[in-house]
Amino acid sequence: MAVKSTNQKAWLFVLPVVALVAFNALIPLMTVINYSVQETFGNNLFFWEGVKWFEQVLHSERFLDSLGRQLLFTFTILAIEIPLGIAIALSMPHRGVWVSVCLVLMALPLLIPWNVVGAMWNIFALPDIGLLGKAINSLGIDYNFTRDPGAAWFTTILMDVWHWTSLVVLLVYAGLRSIPDAYYQAAMIDGATPWAVFRHIQLPKLKRVLTIAVLLRFMDSFMIYTEPFVLTGGGPGNTTTFLSIDLVKVALGQFDLGPAAAMSLIYFLIVLLMSWIFYTLMMKNEEQ
Amino acid sequence: MRKIPWLVPTLYIIFLMLPIYWLLNMSFKTTNEILGEFTLWPNNFTLENYITIFTDPTWYTGYFNSLTYVVINTSISVTVALPAAYAFSRYNFLGDKHLFFWLLTNRMAPPAVFALPFFQLYSAVGLFDTPLAVALAHGLFNIPLAVWILEGFMSSVPKELDETAYVDGYPFWRFFVKIFIPTIAAGIGVAAFFCFMFSWVELLLAKTLTSVAAKPIAAIMTRTASTSGYELGLLAAAGSLTIIPGAFVIYFVRNYIAKGFALGRV
Repeated sequence: MAVKSTNQKAWLFVLPVVALVAFNALIPLMTVINYSVQETFGNNLFFWEGVKWFEQVLHSERFLDSLGRQLLFTFTILAIEIPLGIAIALSMPHRGVWVSVCLVLMALPLLIPWNVVGAMWNIFALPDIGLLGKAINSLGIDYNFTRDPGAAWFTTILMDVWHWTSLVVLLVYAGLRSIPDAYYQAAMIDGATPWAVFRHIQLPKLKRVLTIAVLLRFMDSFMIYTEPFVLTGGGPGNTTTFLSIDLVKVALGQFDLGPAAAMSLIYFLIVLLMSWIFYTLMMKNEEQ
Repeated sequence: MRKIPWLVPTLYIIFLMLPIYWLLNMSFKTTNEILGEFTLWPNNFTLENYITIFTDPTWYTGYFNSLTYVVINTSISVTVALPAAYAFSRYNFLGDKHLFFWLLTNRMAPPAVFALPFFQLYSAVGLFDTPLAVALAHGLFNIPLAVWILEGFMSSVPKELDETAYVDGYPFWRFFVKIFIPTIAAGIGVAAFFCFMFSWVELLLAKTLTSVAAKPIAAIMTRTASTSGYELGLLAAAGSLTIIPGAFVIYFVRNYIAKGFALGRV
C-alpha cells in the first residue's frame, strides 16, 4: 500500500457519503433511543422510563430464547458454509469456459429476492407437493417441517446453505486465483502433498477473503428475517423465531414501542460488538 | 475427490438447481394439477400464470417499481462512493479510521431495527411510497458497501498514476474522470453488482416504505399468497420472473467477478 499523505480537504470528498448515510442512520437511531427510554399511551404523549425496558428485555425469557436460537443458527450455518465453500472452490476448474458457467450458475441463488427464496423452499420442501418433502418421506422418514421443530430447523439450515454457500465459494475462488503459479511450482518441486499445499500455501493466502466471508455471513445470518419468516413463519410454535422475527413481532405486531426499541438497541450492540472483533482481526491481518 | 475433480462442483450445482427447477415446474402447472397430483414435470403445460402476470397491471408494475428503485440506488451509491473511496485510499484525514468503521457499522444494522423509524422518517419528509424513499433507505447498507469495495480497488492502483497526471498538468477532476475511473472500471462493475444485488433482494424495508404506488414485486407476491387464496402457480411464476434480472446482471459481470473479487476487498 502506498504511503498516504495528510490532507484535511479529503473530508469534502467524504461529505456526500456521510450526509446520506447519516440521514438514514442517525435520525432513525435517535428515534429508537428516544423510544427505548419512554412509555407511550398514544396521542404523542411520552413519559420518561429510564432503563426499565432494557431491564425488562434482558430478563425476559422470550428474548434470551430468541438470542439462543439466533446464536445456534448462526454458528451452525458458519460451521457448514465456510468449510463447504472452501471445498467447492478448491475443486473448481481453473480456466476455460466452464469457469464462467460455474460462476454464473453458482451466483444465481444470491440474486433471488429473499422472500422468493423462502417461498421457493416452502414449495420445494412441503411434504405433499414438494420434491424434497416427497423424496424424504418416500425414504420412510416422517418429515413435515410445518409440524416438527427438528425438520423445521433442518429445512431452514439447508435453505441457508443453498442460499449463501456460493458467496463463500466466490470469495475463496477469487482468493485462490490471486496466488501466483510460482508457489505451486515450488511446492511440486518439494514434493508437497495436496494437504501440505492447502495448509501452508493456500490457507495462509486465503486468510483475508475468509475473514471477509465469515464477517459477511455472520452479519447477514444474524439479521436473517425474510427467508425463515416466509418458510416457517417462525414456527412450529416459536422454534424458528430468530431475533429479527421476534423484534418485528414486538414492534409492528404488538406495537410495544418501548420494549421493541430497547430490544433493537441490545440487538444492534451485539452485532456491532461481534463485528468489531472480526474487523479488528481483519485489520491486523492486513497490516502483517 | 482428486480423481474426479468435476464431481464436487457438479453435485453442488445440481443441488442449487433443484429448488429452482421445482419453482419453474410449478409455474407451468395449473393450480388443480399442483394440488391434485404429484408430477415431476407439468402434464398439462400452461402459460396461464405468466399471461396473468403480463396482462394485469397490479402485477407487472411491481417489476417496474422494483427495478426503478434498484437502479436509482445503484447509481446514487456508486456515484457518492467514488470520491469518498478515493479519499480513504489516498489521504489521511482527521477521524478517517473511525469514519470508515462507522460507515461499516451501518452495513451491520439489522433492517428489522430500522423498519419503524424509517417509516416515520420518510413519512415526515413526504417521500413515503416513492421509489426514491426505498432507494435512499437501501443506501444505508449499500453506500458503505460500495465505499468498502471501491476503496479496496483504488488502493491497488499505484499512487504514481495520480502524481504523473498532476505533473502533466491535469486538473484533478479531469484526471479523476478521464484516467482514474477507467482504470478501476472492474471495481465499479463489482460495486454496482453488489449494490444491485442487495437492493434487489431486500424486502423488509422496501415493503415498509411503500403502500400502493411504489410497491415492489416481492411485496405484491406476499399479498397474493395471503388474500386471494393460495394461488401457488401464480406465485411460482412471479417468483421465477424475479430470477431473470439477477441472471442478466450476473451474465454481464461474470468476467469481472472472479478478477474483481481478487483485486478488491470483497
